[in-house]
Amino acid sequence: MNVKVEVKNLKKSFHKLNVLNGIDLTVYEGEVVCIIGPSGSGKSTLLRCLNRLEDATGGQVIVDGYDITDKKTNINKVREKIGMVFQNFNLFAHLTVLQNIMLAPVDLKIMSKEEAHKTAIELLKRVGLEDKAECHPHQLSGGQQQRVAIARALAMKPDIMLFDEPTSALDPEMVGEVLAVMKELASQGMTMICVTHEMGFAKEVADRVIFIDEGVIMEEGTPEDVFTNTKNPRAIDFLNKVL
Amino acid sequence: MDFTRTILESTPLLLEGIKITILISVISLIIGMVIGLLMCIMGMSKNILLKAISGVYIWIIRGTPMIVQAFIVYFGMPQVIQLFNPSFRIEAFTAGIITLSLNAGAYLAEIFRGGIMAVPKGQTEAARSLGLSKSRTMLKIILPQAFKVAIPSMVNQFIITVKDTSILSVIGLADIVNKAKVYVGKSYQFFATYILVAVYYLIVISILMLLSKYLEKKINYERKGRS
Ligand SMILES: Nc1ncnc2c1ncn2[C@@H]1O[C@H](COP(=O)(O)OP(=O)(O)OP(=O)(O)O)[C@@H](O)[C@H]1O
Ligand SMILES: [Mg+2]
Repeated sequence: MNVKVEVKNLKKSFHKLNVLNGIDLTVYEGEVVCIIGPSGSGKSTLLRCLNRLEDATGGQVIVDGYDITDKKTNINKVREKIGMVFQNFNLFAHLTVLQNIMLAPVDLKIMSKEEAHKTAIELLKRVGLEDKAECHPHQLSGGQQQRVAIARALAMKPDIMLFDEPTSALDPEMVGEVLAVMKELASQGMTMICVTHEMGFAKEVADRVIFIDEGVIMEEGTPEDVFTNTKNPRAIDFLNKVL
Repeated sequence: MDFTRTILESTPLLLEGIKITILISVISLIIGMVIGLLMCIMGMSKNILLKAISGVYIWIIRGTPMIVQAFIVYFGMPQVIQLFNPSFRIEAFTAGIITLSLNAGAYLAEIFRGGIMAVPKGQTEAARSLGLSKSRTMLKIILPQAFKVAIPSMVNQFIITVKDTSILSVIGLADIVNKAKVYVGKSYQFFATYILVAVYYLIVISILMLLSKYLEKKINYERKGRS
């Protein structure tokens, strides 16, 4: 199995606040890893260190063989292959759905306009929104916006997808449509790292679940290992609150 | 007081003046936009020197009256340059453009900065996560959105600049106020003449306001779009 992401003794602090205290993590090609843990435990920070939206304070992050903690690495090139989906969608507000999806492949000269257009339409079909191509983001529901955001990330043909609580800003009736897209993606063999509060999704889709607390991995294993068999008191306490 | 006579007599003079007023405003605003954008980007860069240059420039312009700036550019600067090049002269028109551009540039830099700050951080993060460089993100994602936010303040600055040209009459710029001064010097029709000058300004600035209304509507329409 190919290693896609390797995190070695990753540390991150904001001023004096130590958020990540030595994280070790290896993610293999095609794996779906779900990260769970209490609020403020450092889940988002860990995810954002994987594409250097946050600079690590210590340790190493190797993605696709590139050491992105090395300042000499061309981070923009590495990011082309790492898709990210945010809690608040972050669709480009001044662009239509189609333009949102086409922007990066065209601007980075990865595709011609025609290719990008074709890819965008295909992706919109895949997420069930081909009729919304000409809409602006604010005309869409949260669930629709998040599906467009996933399509936008997929347009770059990434080998890794990062999700930071993609459904927690959604009304309950829209959670399902986004999770369905993510499940389909997982079944296609995408390498996925998802921070999530959707324990049902983690149980069903994850190959591995990681429980983080106070910037440390406290528990790690198959969904069964973590959800049913854990002996870690912190994990038990957390799971009792959310399940 | 003879209003009709004043109108007839002063119109050619005042029309000439308002042309100068409009011309100098337009040129200064175009240069001011370029300076403003440059200073705004310099002010937000990580380079301490660039940041300092932009900061000091904005500080000086905002902290001094324009009439003093005009005197420095028109009377002061030539004195210094003449030490090296005795034949150097500056025209009121050129000095006026320099003063107005520098002035508008400083305020526009602040307006642009405000517009850029108003774009949510998530927009940058999304663009960077797709692999766009800092400068491409600025160009394709941040500036178009910042521009929309900044339009009302920009138009406001345009209006201020048009009105501020009148200050430049003190260095002898042949703008409408100066022409009016010349006319009242011989006719003593203070009331009628200055009312007329006010009307000219009102017309020019109303056109500006209408233009901005139209622009804002157009952008709103685009944002609402068709679904
Ligand atoms: N840019 C920042 N500057 C300062 N502190 C930050 C910054 N980003 C995060 N933090 C702090 O780091 C800690 C971990 O934040 P993080 O967002 O990683 O938590 P999280 O596990 O994702 O929580 P949640 O479930 O609420 O999203 C928090 O205490 C947070 O306040
Ligand atoms: Mg978070």
